[in-house]
Amino acid sequence: MADQLNNYSINNLRELEAEAIYIIREVASEFEKPVMLYSIGKDSSVMVRLAEKAFYPGKVPFPLMHIDSKWKFQEMIEFREKYTKDNNWDLIVEHNIEGFEAGIGPFTHGSKVHTDVMKTQALLQALDKHRFDAAFGGARRDEEKSRAKERIFSFRDKFHQWDPKNQRPELWDIYNTRVHKGESIRVFPISNWTELDIWQYIRLEKIPIVPLYFAKKRPIVDIDGNLIMVDDDRMPAELVAKAQMRMVRFRTLGCYPLTGAIESEADTIEKIVEEMMTVTKSERTTRVIDFDQEGSMEQKKREGYF
Amino acid sequence: MNTNLDINHFLDQDQKKDLLRLLTAGSVDDGKSTLIGRLLFDSKKIYEDQLSALERDSKRMGHAGEAIDYALLLDGLKAEREQGITIDVAYRYFSTSKRKFIIADTPGHEQYTRNMVTGASTANLAIILIDARKGVITQTKRHTFLVSLLGIKHVVVAVNKMDLMEYSESTFNTICADYKSFTTTLSIPDITFIPLSALKGENVVENSANMPWYHGKCLLEFLESVHVVSDRNFEDFRFPVQYVLRPSLDFRGFSGKIASGIVRKGDELMVLPSRKKSIVTEIITANGTTDYAFPPQAVTITLKDEIDISRGDMLVHPDNQPRFERQFEAMLVWMDEKKMDPNTQFFIKHSANTSRARIDGIKYRVDVNTLQQSDCKAFSLNEIGRVVITTNKPLFFDPYHKNHSTGAFILIDPITHNTAAVGMIIDKLNTNDIPSRITDPETRRMIDSGQSLIGRDELEKRYQQKGVTIWITGLHGSGKNVLAYNLERRLFDSGATVVLLEGSTVRAGLSRELDYSPADRAEHLRRVAHVCKMLNDQGIIVVASFISPTESIRQQISEIIGNERFHLILMRAGLDYCRTNKPELYLKVEKGELRHLPGVDEAYEMPESPQLTFDVTEKQADVEVLMAYLAGQNIFPLE
Ligand SMILES: Nc1nc2c(ncn2[C@@H]2O[C@H](COP(=O)(O)OP(=O)(O)O)[C@@H](O)[C@H]2O)c(=O)[nH]1
Repeated sequence: MADQLNNYSINNLRELEAEAIYIIREVASEFEKPVMLYSIGKDSSVMVRLAEKAFYPGKVPFPLMHIDSKWKFQEMIEFREKYTKDNNWDLIVEHNIEGFEAGIGPFTHGSKVHTDVMKTQALLQALDKHRFDAAFGGARRDEEKSRAKERIFSFRDKFHQWDPKNQRPELWDIYNTRVHKGESIRVFPISNWTELDIWQYIRLEKIPIVPLYFAKKRPIVDIDGNLIMVDDDRMPAELVAKAQMRMVRFRTLGCYPLTGAIESEADTIEKIVEEMMTVTKSERTTRVIDFDQEGSMEQKKREGYF
Repeated sequence: MNTNLDINHFLDQDQKKDLLRLLTAGSVDDGKSTLIGRLLFDSKKIYEDQLSALERDSKRMGHAGEAIDYALLLDGLKAEREQGITIDVAYRYFSTSKRKFIIADTPGHEQYTRNMVTGASTANLAIILIDARKGVITQTKRHTFLVSLLGIKHVVVAVNKMDLMEYSESTFNTICADYKSFTTTLSIPDITFIPLSALKGENVVENSANMPWYHGKCLLEFLESVHVVSDRNFEDFRFPVQYVLRPSLDFRGFSGKIASGIVRKGDELMVLPSRKKSIVTEIITANGTTDYAFPPQAVTITLKDEIDISRGDMLVHPDNQPRFERQFEAMLVWMDEKKMDPNTQFFIKHSANTSRARIDGIKYRVDVNTLQQSDCKAFSLNEIGRVVITTNKPLFFDPYHKNHSTGAFILIDPITHNTAAVGMIIDKLNTNDIPSRITDPETRRMIDSGQSLIGRDELEKRYQQKGVTIWITGLHGSGKNVLAYNLERRLFDSGATVVLLEGSTVRAGLSRELDYSPADRAEHLRRVAHVCKMLNDQGIIVVASFISPTESIRQQISEIIGNERFHLILMRAGLDYCRTNKPELYLKVEKGELRHLPGVDEAYEMPESPQLTFDVTEKQADVEVLMAYLAGQNIFPLE
């Protein structure tokens, strides 16, 4: 078996897998009401598979929660429904009803307002509503410079705020899980995975992912250099008129008007990895929201988005 | 085109690599950022070059040949310090064709000792940077001490900036010799010296032509080949049960990470603490069942017999058991901004167990720069020392040097819930070293459950009094004993049944093996409190005269005796009065012949709300006030 390097050692992926499973079980043991945040992206897909493994042959003792901004790609929603049903997950879908009814959306209100109301606020409302005391997220440290120092167990106060001064040291594999009432912890079990690890694992484990990751001809509008896909009829007609069929794929998935595609021929995992290894551009540069303001990741983290 | 085939090959190879976690330590400007930048970016470049051989059109931006400030490529710690961002451990990832690496990048200043300790806790190897111009300096010693404290087995001493020393072999040799001479007392099994220039990339990822006298491996080659698997403990099987999996009535699995040792299907295992035994029927990994498992695998074990097992229990081989104790000695690193309070009942988290713990005594503090040991009463941030710890529940542990997983623990502040300290267990205590602990809920419950056939009302009727304790606190020499003896006499004369307890007599007998250290004092007072409780239970009034210096200790005494039966009297006197009144002990402490005298070298806390307070005045009057108090409280005489 390729997993074992020799009789008594395991390869890097299996080591990362064991670490993540240990973290997931620790949270299930120590918290009253954990939840796994599910973004339907590839990192989430890996995290979800790790949770399934952690409790095999039993059922995962916590639900998945998707914060639906109502602007996700349709293929994401289809994928979510099918995956959670096929794999017997309890799924919670939440969104900011007031925001939705007020008609908040990226085309009308801009990406900043949209993200704040429909994602950040929606998440915080949902966490409060269900009184979750721990929430798993699929963030990784190598995604971005500012994440390199993020804890695996990231402490949040009563207002879900992340205070950089108030984070706990993490030594060995002993995690301090103690919180006061109302406070919570975000847990990132795949903190130590790189993007390559994620693809490797998806390949190895044959984990299903949203087809948008693979190159295909799609209706694309070029908005200031960002390749935005026409996904439903909410895109203003003057933009839709400019759409062209182009061979593209998505490196990250989010709200369709806010997520740019890249031109690519990579229609298999292997080709994606090849492309990734040879294009030295940080992964997140195709996510439009990052261009909004300086240091926006750090900012969002403080506000409780991650 | 067989691109697909090749990338498959690449991915298959990549998958087979193992993982090395390393720590980098150096002082400011030694070139740490430059070195890490080199490792990250040069290795990536080489890696990509290999890959691009199978590329048709490389879209990669070439960065070969250009002069790059590697340090700038990192999210530099210096910049953070300037911006006032918290300095922390940053984790960085890189990979070569042979191995994957996780670097824990930590700042080197003394005020970041805790960060370095954090980074070191998960590292297999440490790179210690030395600036060739400066040689071995205080910082080097500190970094090396921390690395050895955390039990890192491989150290690479990277002698940097060799270009500024004309690549001199003798400079390098002197530094190696200096380094070796101070590490003899530290137990680091594997030390390797590499002369390099991070700036010029010499002996980093490629060997340098400027140092032909160096025949060893360059840094990256060394990192790729150093053997770390055997550092794991494969001898002593320890499986802390993390989670009990019970999906259906006919499946019961025990999940956890193998802390150490190897377990095989069919092995006989013992469950701690119940000591019940059973046979392994199945070992389930994340990828199907297996015949045997080893660290750091996360598995689920099923057993032949139905045994009650819960989180925190441990599975071991019956012929190889860990320590099972409530007391141990450990090296502690203080992580909290809040200074240690010796009276705190911390939470201790150790493997899958959480219990309460107190720090019973500090044997010494280590100066991280000089390794000198000194006395210490309480640790502050970043201080390190040897302590004695007592836990409420026994823990299953091994000495840290034998087993990191079962020898490490953290202490959590009960109020803020911050991680206050982290520790590495040295070993259990010799029985005659066992220190004091005072309140212990388990034994308390047992005492409380004692059932006398004589009822309380019967006792009160017979003695015409309530069994209470009059506890007199005050400094040495404050006159509390005089008050106590007078009160005893007066009560006896009035027909009460009374017992007097006072420090020197109890210490001469019941507590004769105890000294005056806070830990022993606590134990001494614990005994006294239990005697008071027993006497009170029999309906007898106790007059107890003890310094009992802190609120916390008096609170615990009151808990043992019963809060409603505990009447606290303060004998208030200034230190000057006490010193004149009873000079002998005070003189001895001043001359350094004696330690631990409350009010002098140990704190004395005035009680916040005693029932009565007396100032050093006319003794007889005080006794009458006390008698009136007892009558008023309907203690004696009983109406
Ligand atoms: N000449 C020379 N300069 C170096 C070398 N390594 C680092 N430096 C320089 O030393 C300074 C401090 O380096 P930096 O990597 O920022 O140090 P850090 O504070 O340890 O991270 C920078 O100006 C570097 O260019 C080296 O091997 N040779």
